[in-house]
Amino acid sequence: MVAVTGLVLLGFVIGHLLGNLQIFLGPDWINSYAEHLRDLGPLLWFVRAFLLVNVVAHIYYTIRLTIDNRRARPNAYAQKDYVKASFASRYMWLSGLVVLAFIIYHLAHFTLVVADPRLATLKLDALQRHDVYSMMVYGFRNVIVSAFYVLAMFLLMLHLTHGASSFFQSLGWNDKTMTPHLARWGRVFAWLIFIGYVSIPLAVLLGLVQPAQPL
Amino acid sequence: MNFKLRVWRQKTGAAKGKLADYPANDVSPDTSFLEMLDLVNDRLIEGGEEPIAFESDCREGICGTCCLTINGEAHGPDHPGAACQLYMRRFKEGETITVEPFRAKPFRFVKDLVVNRSALDRIVQAGGFVSARSGSAPEANSIPVPKQNADRAMEAAACIGCGACAAACPNASAMLFTSAKVSHLALLPQGDPERTNRVLNMVSVMDEEGFGNCTNTYECEAVCPAEISASFIAKLNREYAVATLRKKLGG
Repeated sequence: MVAVTGLVLLGFVIGHLLGNLQIFLGPDWINSYAEHLRDLGPLLWFVRAFLLVNVVAHIYYTIRLTIDNRRARPNAYAQKDYVKASFASRYMWLSGLVVLAFIIYHLAHFTLVVADPRLATLKLDALQRHDVYSMMVYGFRNVIVSAFYVLAMFLLMLHLTHGASSFFQSLGWNDKTMTPHLARWGRVFAWLIFIGYVSIPLAVLLGLVQPAQPL
Repeated sequence: MNFKLRVWRQKTGAAKGKLADYPANDVSPDTSFLEMLDLVNDRLIEGGEEPIAFESDCREGICGTCCLTINGEAHGPDHPGAACQLYMRRFKEGETITVEPFRAKPFRFVKDLVVNRSALDRIVQAGGFVSARSGSAPEANSIPVPKQNADRAMEAAACIGCGACAAACPNASAMLFTSAKVSHLALLPQGDPERTNRVLNMVSVMDEEGFGNCTNTYECEAVCPAEISASFIAKLNREYAVATLRKKLGG
């Protein structure tokens, strides 16, 4: 179940990145993309509910799994060395928790627009659409916000270096010849996701992307 | 060579255990790890002390009886290989070496470095066999087996059942062991008729015994003395999914 729900969330991570990267295509493009998402109406709420269920299930099954696994070794080793198990694979709970904290903040920041009251004062653009473009630019101009964002994306990347190949194994879609390829492409994929997401605050902070309206 | 040993001493499962220090001096570099423990025990007995309890049998790496966690790694630092195939030349002069038992809840503690691994036997008793009388070895070509399957089955059958996979796993999971036993029979025509019940029963006993769950860290395959590949775990997951579906559909 952790693998299946993780796979759904992985799909969201890709889709959301593709949506966000449209900031580089200019305000008109990303504002109309956001408008299209809003136009989905009930369907949008269905997708949101589906994602929420997946997040909750992903965490619920992870907690159950972890409790089970801790119980399986009541007496810890005095000394334990790992030969192959990566840091990422052993600390999925830690990277997961930080990413969860980030998601909550991120929703408060950009979706509910309560974390930064200035963003709520942004005017609609010329075509009466939400100026998502300027909201993102002003949001990321805050260095602390951007720093937390980069940190969260780094941990998401760690989470995915394990997760993006691990689900193949859990679902039985793996064999001996595929294992090294899956591990490599899982890592490449995780880094691509990281680079993609981090490029946005970086471009804003370097002044490559300017807001479409004054604040 | 001279070493400082830190060995886990514990009288019974109920008693409190601790690491005790022992010197291991004048040891030939070509002494095996178990022979070195024998030497230490000889000196302990001469001094009127209780010798360190540890298990061994064949001492040639094929029986899976020795079960030591050495410096935090199941079977010690030389992979792949059982602890009996580890030689003292592998360590540095004067090195401190920590020796502990295999730790997992289903491995019931007996004494010092000895644990009871019959939980693994009970997993095999749940279905790791073929019910039909097999008789004497048949003519090699009477039942054709694709070369690829024969090779994979042999690879899985190499498991010596030592339990290092569960001992090394951060979750104390015995999935590598179970996957090897399930796979080697599932890959052969003799094991095929019972494959559905076999995988369901073996996994169910594995869980009842209290082993943890696989989170794909692959620590197991790194310490396995028989080099069983973790890809057999993917095969086990596949077998389990198909078997569950088959049962649900009333097969």
